[in-house]
Amino acid sequence: MAVRVPILRQGRTLIASFQDDLSDSDILSLQGRVLEDVIRHRATGVIFDVSALDVLDSFGTRTLSDIAAAVQLRGARMAIVGIQPEVAFSMVLLGLTLSDVPTALDLETGLALLARAVP
Amino acid sequence: MTSIELPAEHIQRIERDGDVVAARQTGRRIAAEMGFGRPEQALIATAISELARNIVSYAERGSITFRAEDHAGRRGLRIVAEDRGPGIPDLAQAMSDGFSTGNSLGLGLPGTQRIMDEFDIRSIPGEGVTVTVAKWISR
Ligand SMILES: Nc1ncnc2c1ncn2[C@@H]1O[C@H](COP(=O)(O)OP(=O)(O)OP(=O)(O)O)[C@@H](O)[C@H]1O
Ligand SMILES: [Mg+2]
Repeated sequence: MAVRVPILRQGRTLIASFQDDLSDSDILSLQGRVLEDVIRHRATGVIFDVSALDVLDSFGTRTLSDIAAAVQLRGARMAIVGIQPEVAFSMVLLGLTLSDVPTALDLETGLALLARAVP
Repeated sequence: MTSIELPAEHIQRIERDGDVVAARQTGRRIAAEMGFGRPEQALIATAISELARNIVSYAERGSITFRAEDHAGRRGLRIVAEDRGPGIPDLAQAMSDGFSTGNSLGLGLPGTQRIMDEFDIRSIPGEGVTVTVAKWISR
């Protein structure tokens, strides 16, 4: 199966760009790949660019929080960027807050956010 | 009033992970064709995703039916998620924020009620669950 979420590297930051509507198994396979890449490249930051996603439901949100927590345990930080306005609106009504993961408007702001966080 | 051709009733079988994605894409497409705005399309797709995932997680298989409706010129999309799984013994409990037997967030059902205009859930333990939701085009 084709890789649905390419993980790019910029310095010690990994950038995972979601391409389109992902299934649960796509998201779960991403979980393992991100952690492997964090270790392999000694990454200090991970950015999930979700601007191409038009749904983020309870499963997706919970999995993103889990990945962020695992990334944190590896000593790196994770940020989610590009949540579409209507996706954000649906998430709020659903009750999903993602309060434990930093978010930014776009990739550039996300990179700045992580750069500030690195000691 | 101009007569608009409504999409025929559409049934999507739900038995695998991938069907959850297919169902929400179908729902969004029908909603877009019916004239729902983008924010409402996102709400509808999210609700479908929650209902379809519950079928896969708790009942293994079931179906989601999409029906475009027109009541005195008011158009809406009705979605019925049905399964013949174990059912829900205590509906009030299942509908409360944070209740989950699946070690999850417990937001799917109460959240779906918040994002749709109509919500109805019925279950006979041992015989399955039927959730019916609807969204009307605002004017
Ligand atoms: N189709 C179903 N068949 C049997 N039980 C169900 C079904 N749908 C929901 N339930 C029960 O109702 C509970 C609440 O469902 P709800 O979707 O609100 O939360 P969840 O699936 O546990 O978590 P989340 O949706 O936030 O990931 C579930 O944990 C499960 O026990
Ligand atoms: Mg659920």
